[in-house]
Amino acid sequence: MTDSFDDLRDLYQEVILDHGRRPRHARRLESFDATAKGDNPMCGDRIEVWVKYGPDGTIADTGFQARGCAISVASADLMAETVIGRSKADTHALFDAFREMARTGTCPHCDALAEPLERLEPLAGVHEYPSRVKCATLAWHALVAALDGGKEASSE
Amino acid sequence: MNVTTRPAMLDVARIREDFPILRQSIRGKPLVFLDSAASAQKPRVVIDAMREAMETQYANVHRGLHWMSERTTDAYESARDAVAALLNARDRHEVVFTRNVTESLNLMAHSYGRGVLQPGQAVVISGMEHHSNIVPWQLLRDARGIELRVAPITDAGELDMEGFEALLADGKVGLVSMTHMSNVLGTYTPAERIVRIAHAYGAKVLFDGAQAVVHRRVDVQALDCDFYAFTGHKLYGPTGIGVLWGRRELLDAMPPFLGGGEMISSVSYERSTWAEVPHKFEAGTPPILEGIGLKAAIDYVQAIGYGAIAAHETSLIDHALARLGAIEGVHILGRAQDRGGVVSFALDRAHAHDVATLLDRQGIAVRAGHHCAEPLMRRFDLESTARASFAIYTTQGEIDCLADTLMRVREFFT
Repeated sequence: MTDSFDDLRDLYQEVILDHGRRPRHARRLESFDATAKGDNPMCGDRIEVWVKYGPDGTIADTGFQARGCAISVASADLMAETVIGRSKADTHALFDAFREMARTGTCPHCDALAEPLERLEPLAGVHEYPSRVKCATLAWHALVAALDGGKEASSE
Repeated sequence: MNVTTRPAMLDVARIREDFPILRQSIRGKPLVFLDSAASAQKPRVVIDAMREAMETQYANVHRGLHWMSERTTDAYESARDAVAALLNARDRHEVVFTRNVTESLNLMAHSYGRGVLQPGQAVVISGMEHHSNIVPWQLLRDARGIELRVAPITDAGELDMEGFEALLADGKVGLVSMTHMSNVLGTYTPAERIVRIAHAYGAKVLFDGAQAVVHRRVDVQALDCDFYAFTGHKLYGPTGIGVLWGRRELLDAMPPFLGGGEMISSVSYERSTWAEVPHKFEAGTPPILEGIGLKAAIDYVQAIGYGAIAAHETSLIDHALARLGAIEGVHILGRAQDRGGVVSFALDRAHAHDVATLLDRQGIAVRAGHHCAEPLMRRFDLESTARASFAIYTTQGEIDCLADTLMRVREFFT
């Protein structure tokens, strides 16, 4: 760790470096109900997401395989951690809130989602790096495409 | 212009004074601009030439009968002379202005591909092409049944000459379209040998010189190639102007590319006839100011001299390979013997985009990504690299700065 990158700590918080290095959910599910790929053609990042639903329709498990930067892998992992146990509707709402946070740094109308958003908050720093926002949202685009029955998503 | 007597030494400090942008600080740190292969910065003479043209003599070209238009036409057409001299073209009419290399290559795929090549013939590219020298030929293949063949490259990132020649053996290849210098690997392709082999099998040769012309003197007569493309903005000139040089008799035999004003001889509803080359390929109001800017850029480069430029860049490359190569965990892509001023590299445990963001925070601008060469990246089993590229204003100190910072980046991600 060096002092000279201190001003990057808002972007590369320890939790991001940790999840980027050692993602917990980076695995293909053996059995799954939905899957989709995400692709950022500008930078070549790719992700594949798998989803397994529980009997009540909530997300029972999700996993991913990604080739991309620390931000995109960490975001995918934090996303998986956050959406397990949630309904499709909740996940959509969470995606909207997260996208707002990634773009602007805050989500003023997101009180109802305060608890899950807190877990994603380490990624809020990307809003200061416009070219990196898409890194953080790619996994979400893929997940939402899977939930909606799609096959491909792009972070464009 | 007398450019032959200058010693092969570049006064970089003086050259840097010619580039106003280099005085800037980024995030409180001096700008270290190592992304010139994407687009180079502009010297004062280019900025001034374009501004002065707008302030004193601007009008449309080739059509006005007034003083302003005549002056501007002269200035714009003198850019064609400058390009002809730069490439040692036999005839100034062989210089076609386009928007950029991409348009030059599309012009070739359209006019030469559809007008001269026949279905059943083939086009050969290499395994280290920019997308702009892949996609136009795919479009041609799909539209006209003209096969696209890809010459293999070696693990060192050089053209596999045996593999290349084997692709020509059946005599079906009508055109070889190949980079003269890879924008990712820095490799110079052996242009003279490529031309000799291609011609022996009856194929014409087009070079994508987007990178090469920046670093080394290009003599199309000595290369004996048939077409050569380059762009202004990488050669310290403005965006929006590119060049396609072609042998006169080949250009004459090609149908027009875009239709419109400027490119016609006469127009009626029944039929139109085309202007002579190069105007046949220059439909519409051309990039007038950009042409004037390009001429200023070429004059600037010629005054410095390619001997000095090449010597400077060789020393930069040697220094960069030594410094970056000594950093544990840094992997340099490509080990070509003959290479120009770009170095692509990967860093263990750190993605190129993360590397680029950290470097940016120190004021260092590099490119990160697939560099518009996805098939090449796959060839080396990578999805992206960081790339540092050098120009006449690049200093050894900037390369040291990159190397020192990379060592800290490595710590950051360990």
